[in-house]
Amino acid sequence: MNTTADIPVLKARLRVRRPGFDLDVDLALPGRGVSVLHGPSGSGKTTCLRLIAGLERAPDCAVSLGDTVWQGETVFTPVHRRDIGYVFQEANLFPHLSVSLNLEYGRKRRDRAGLVDFDHLVGLLGIGHLLARAPATLSGGERQRVAIARALLSAPRLLLMDEPLAALDARRKDEILPYLDRLHAELDVPVVYVSHSGNEVARLADHLVLLDQGRVIAEGPATTLLSRLDLPENLLDEAGTILDGQVTHHDSAYGLARLAFPGGEINFVHPDARHGQPLRVQIKERDISLALDRPAATSIQNLLPVTITSLADSANPAHVRVQIDTGGTLMVACITRQSRDRLGLRVGMRLWAQIKSVAVLG
Amino acid sequence: MNDDIVQITFFTLWVAALGTAVILPPGILLGWLLARRSWPGKTVVETLVALPLVIPPVATGLILLKLFGRRGPLGGFLENVLGLEIVFTWKAVVLATAVMSLPLLVRAARVAFEEVDRRLEDTARTLGASPLDVFFSITLPLARRGLLAGTVLAFARALGEFGATVMVAGMIPGETITLSLGIYQHVQLGEDSAALGLLGISVALAFAAVWGSERLLRKRPA
Repeated sequence: MNTTADIPVLKARLRVRRPGFDLDVDLALPGRGVSVLHGPSGSGKTTCLRLIAGLERAPDCAVSLGDTVWQGETVFTPVHRRDIGYVFQEANLFPHLSVSLNLEYGRKRRDRAGLVDFDHLVGLLGIGHLLARAPATLSGGERQRVAIARALLSAPRLLLMDEPLAALDARRKDEILPYLDRLHAELDVPVVYVSHSGNEVARLADHLVLLDQGRVIAEGPATTLLSRLDLPENLLDEAGTILDGQVTHHDSAYGLARLAFPGGEINFVHPDARHGQPLRVQIKERDISLALDRPAATSIQNLLPVTITSLADSANPAHVRVQIDTGGTLMVACITRQSRDRLGLRVGMRLWAQIKSVAVLG
Repeated sequence: MNDDIVQITFFTLWVAALGTAVILPPGILLGWLLARRSWPGKTVVETLVALPLVIPPVATGLILLKLFGRRGPLGGFLENVLGLEIVFTWKAVVLATAVMSLPLLVRAARVAFEEVDRRLEDTARTLGASPLDVFFSITLPLARRGLLAGTVLAFARALGEFGATVMVAGMIPGETITLSLGIYQHVQLGEDSAALGLLGISVALAFAAVWGSERLLRKRPA
């Protein structure tokens, strides 16, 4: 997370009291990268987003991006005058307009829109061949890509995404995620992304805010947060540990790449990683195993010397969760309680973490 | 006699078109307000607009006569200030058809607007469109088929209006006689064949209007 002082920060004080719903959230999100608001349904994620956008209005709220105050005690900038892009769960393409007119819609209404190169963005999202089509003829994934392009073409200073993949089936999700990765890598628009999927958190989040019942329960850089043992287990279960690093080696004959991250190196399966390329990998906690001695003659490619920093029980009584330090990065492993007792694991012990290369998701 | 039929036909089409045109802006606005906004007195206005549908047309005509007559509150004002004479002129025919058609248009407009997905309007706002801009670029185009069908329906209703018209405009040959008034008058005078001629034209016009409206409703948007 390279937050520096000159990047505008999104600040939001959000208070809503409704029968059966109570939201009280203070956010200060970095003006760069993707901030994910994560929580179970009903935790207030979407309401946060709608309040930030100005689609909903509540007193006692304050929203500002950098020096621009969108809502304050005497200020309320209507939605259409906030420089935001909003991607909804449904693509919401205008059915009476062609794809290209949909893309032009925001573009011709915002002064800043000249800042975005139309052809570049259309290429980035792979929708160049769809421009003349009617929205009704597109697949779900294509529609959502057009919706994302439409929002970005208005040159927003902030992109708000409300579970943009939730309405899609697994195949369509996999079709869109690489495009989101590319946007993430190439565009400098800060994103606030609402999601209840641990996988999306692991893949996209730079900064992570965990919400529950209208309250923030934890917040911080995603890599740090996902290695904490005191957070909702189901999230970590799905997201796992994430490692941000750089590719240091690629073996195209075997289809393997090596990633250097703070405190170690790891081999993983990747067909075409470039040397020096920044990359994120995800390791589920049940894919890490622990050994007291350095195992010899094993198919497991990654052996990392680690120290146990913390142990915690799991919701499943047969499991325990072990936080380990590779000498710069914290990871979480999930093992059986029996293994813990058999190996006599306790905090401070040095041992070997084994991670199968095929289990590292790049 | 043939000249008569032509004159009556065109006069009827003309007042029905004018009556419909006059109520189009307020009718669409009212339909939108009923569909999209909540405001004090909404139910009262809703009921008032629907009233001409349920009370006898002749009674509506009498109310209009009292309101717009020379000694009526509105009629007096219009005549003294603007020099406009309404009752027993062709303007009264337009007035009667407009009032009788308004409920149909408002109802259709309301339904048409309610069917427009609000999320599309929200999306347009996030893309920089002001409320008025959203209305003209999203809401109106998406409601267009329902609005068109409502307009045709209002026009068809206006073509056949009798009760309110006869009260407020009377039967003045060459001045306020429409197809329906003409049919009634011819029958009264025992001129059945002339009445049948007008009847044929009436049926043909109504058929064309309803058929057009059905077609508009059935056609799916692209």
